[in-house]
Amino acid sequence: MQQSNTYIITFSVILTVILGLLLSGTSQVLGPMQKEAIALDNKKQILGALISGDEIAAMSPKEVNAYYESRVSTVVVDINGKEVTEQDGVAVTAETVDVAKNYKKPKEERLFPVYIYHAEGNPDDVANYVLPLYGAGLWNAIWGYIALDTDMNTVGGITLAHAGETPGLGARITDSEVQSRYVGKTIYDESGKLVAVEMQKGEGIDYSNSPHKVDGMSGATITGKGVNNMLYNYLNYYQAYIESKKSSTAVAAL
Amino acid sequence: MSAETVEKAIVTKPAEALLSKRRKKLISDPLVDDNPVTIQVLGICSALAVTTQMKPTLVMAIAVIFVVVMSNFVISLMRNTVPGRVRIIVQLAVVATLVTLVNEVLKAFAYDMYKELSVFVGLIITNCIVMGRLEAFAMGNKPYDSVLDGFGSALGYSWIILAVAFFRELLGSGAVFGVPVYDYISSLFGPDFTLATNGLMVSPVGAFMILGIIIWVQRTKTGYVEH
Repeated sequence: MQQSNTYIITFSVILTVILGLLLSGTSQVLGPMQKEAIALDNKKQILGALISGDEIAAMSPKEVNAYYESRVSTVVVDINGKEVTEQDGVAVTAETVDVAKNYKKPKEERLFPVYIYHAEGNPDDVANYVLPLYGAGLWNAIWGYIALDTDMNTVGGITLAHAGETPGLGARITDSEVQSRYVGKTIYDESGKLVAVEMQKGEGIDYSNSPHKVDGMSGATITGKGVNNMLYNYLNYYQAYIESKKSSTAVAAL
Repeated sequence: MSAETVEKAIVTKPAEALLSKRRKKLISDPLVDDNPVTIQVLGICSALAVTTQMKPTLVMAIAVIFVVVMSNFVISLMRNTVPGRVRIIVQLAVVATLVTLVNEVLKAFAYDMYKELSVFVGLIITNCIVMGRLEAFAMGNKPYDSVLDGFGSALGYSWIILAVAFFRELLGSGAVFGVPVYDYISSLFGPDFTLATNGLMVSPVGAFMILGIIIWVQRTKTGYVEH
């Protein structure tokens, strides 16, 4: 009858197959759209470190893509600042590098993409260099993009994102108000040491005279520490590249 | 010899109206009298977790309505074929599939919202209301009634979490749907007047308190007493 073991097993198998087909079918159909959505989101985040969030929000997806195409060129470097164009026989571009996956590898083996923001159509007239960041927040991963001016010292802007920080607390790193605190800060101190920018504990203090400190987020100190570590680590990874760009602009200025 | 059979005219019952009184009750009961969150005390976990702001709560409410209604419908269709011994697992499989579908669709068409909700949509599976309605109603009732019942329960859940989110966002961050209400009120009263936001409201403790107050108000009004 209905309760016989064979019936139960057959029913379960058929149900599993049907549900499995439904899920994999959906995944196949929606896959390309999801990839586009993720790629678009990445571009928006990169641009978010360079132009205001309102401007980006006003652009349609096509416009975002077009703007990105004409203004951003990319290069991938290794820990020594040398350009990498292929790895294990596979061509490497900034779009194919998965920063999250690279985070798990030892730093000598990682690939570091760089996004170069230049004047429209003229890749040599560089305005900013955008470096991806990745790290650990309180609950889950955090990541972002930092834009450096051509002096490779002043911060032009930053975007931050998270996977599971607390809304209203750690999740505030996505607020434009919090991100704007980094604009104008410098990452090298007077002696030429790379100190990065540090978010302080507590909130409400004016740090406009401290070039390496930004106001913190009340109640979200651990997330703030995660951001600090992320910034410090990644700026160090890119240091070879940063130094190479610094010296080339110094030569050009002569 | 066959006994005499009396022929009776076959009386067909008139089909029940689409929104008959009984069916209307299926939708209206869970809104107040039998509210899944405040009376049955189900689905508390997400009522605390996702209600810090109104926008994700609204998307969550829509997702829950969709999952509860669709799973009620599917399980009700299958109710006579599901073997009794594996019925909970079957219900779980159906709900999990639906929730994954919602997640995938969000990821493809509303990526920003997908990012904001992250784990919460997946956690709809753990929402006791979903499995509760399946086991208590859909397994023993027809599809249309099950849909109505699911819709009612999900609506009851939705209005409660939206109410909690309204107060949590207003008192905790001074905004509603991202609109900075506190700043506006402060500007009405001049530069020295500031409304402080309450950090407790942003944590689950605040949600518990607001939920408790809602239950208190509701039970005072309906006179519901637990026995």
